[in-house]
Amino acid sequence: MTRMALAAIGLIALAAPARAASEADFKAAYAAAEAAEKEAGSLRNQWITTEAALSAAKKAAAKGDFDAAIASAKEAEALAKASIFQATSEKDRWKDAEIH
Amino acid sequence: MRSVLAPILALISAALAAGVIAQAAPAADTPDPAADAKAFRDYFVTKFPKVKLDDFVNGPYSMNEDMRKQWLEKEEFPPYDFALDAGKEMFAKPFKNGKTYADCFENGGIGIRQNFPYFDVKQGEVVTLELALNRCRTENGEAPLSYVKDDMASLTAYMAFTSRGKPFDIKIPDDPRALAAYENGKRYFYTRRGQLNFSCASCHVQSPGQRLRAEILAPALGILNAMPIYRSEWAGMGSISRRFITCNSQTRAVPEEAQSEDYRDLEYFLSYVSNGLPISGPGARP
Repeated sequence: MTRMALAAIGLIALAAPARAASEADFKAAYAAAEAAEKEAGSLRNQWITTEAALSAAKKAAAKGDFDAAIASAKEAEALAKASIFQATSEKDRWKDAEIH
Repeated sequence: MRSVLAPILALISAALAAGVIAQAAPAADTPDPAADAKAFRDYFVTKFPKVKLDDFVNGPYSMNEDMRKQWLEKEEFPPYDFALDAGKEMFAKPFKNGKTYADCFENGGIGIRQNFPYFDVKQGEVVTLELALNRCRTENGEAPLSYVKDDMASLTAYMAFTSRGKPFDIKIPDDPRALAAYENGKRYFYTRRGQLNFSCASCHVQSPGQRLRAEILAPALGILNAMPIYRSEWAGMGSISRRFITCNSQTRAVPEEAQSEDYRDLEYFLSYVSNGLPISGPGARP
């Protein structure tokens, strides 16, 4: 009996789909990415790849594929944060490369 | 009383002496464009002792013998010839109000390429030849040209051609804004950007003469003297604006608008450090 109950629980667990990402999840992820890219823009240091990832996120969301949309938005956020780090660290570091 | 005053006077003397010393010794990062230009030139001359100074304006052809031979053969029927003809025609064609480009420039616009860009002390900004051409158009009731298309490159090709052999003569007037523009151009040149983390200097200071895929990288010294250029890769002419935008895109950085303040300042810096080298434009590149 116990064995059957366990098997049933297992089947239910397998059958239940993982929670699909919602539009709200996408909107939150996209807003975070967009905010980071805006900050990179204020530093005049946006990357083409960030823009491409943001665009891919929007396209996926328009098709209703929120898992892919969130993945692209997260990628865009990571890229934007890297470009912010680059701009911040280069603020004075460029002087090290100067010919003297 | 004397015992109280003595240490105070000593302190004041020490402070004054320190002030004098501080004034006499320039701070390490005080801008010195003339010293920059000398260091810039020395760097390339030392790095490439076999290249004659004036030959740096020929970019990759000064770095690679095989490419040089091909280029010399191509120069018999240069691919920018059509742009020269078009530029000459456009330059002479009157605007709707009867005036021409010649009315906007010193010496009727002939043989003046080496003086651009300059710092306009009235406007407080760097004026490039491309910007001056478009201002000439708008002041005469014409629509501005695209900075990245053939017409602009044809016009500057013709103006460069009439200036061939004349040495770059870029001046930095005694105006803190001019020095700030020069410094901003320098900052832009050495700052890494884009996902590939490249600066202009990564290619054109640290790696000239080396291959980037099929291309031989040009040295930064004299790099604008040959502008505008016909690029086989583009199958057409390219202005300085187009070149800067393409360079940024190649490092996966979002380019700035053509003739942005940063790009104009960059052109100011690069032209200034190439002072004395002859104009060789228009050029042809792979």
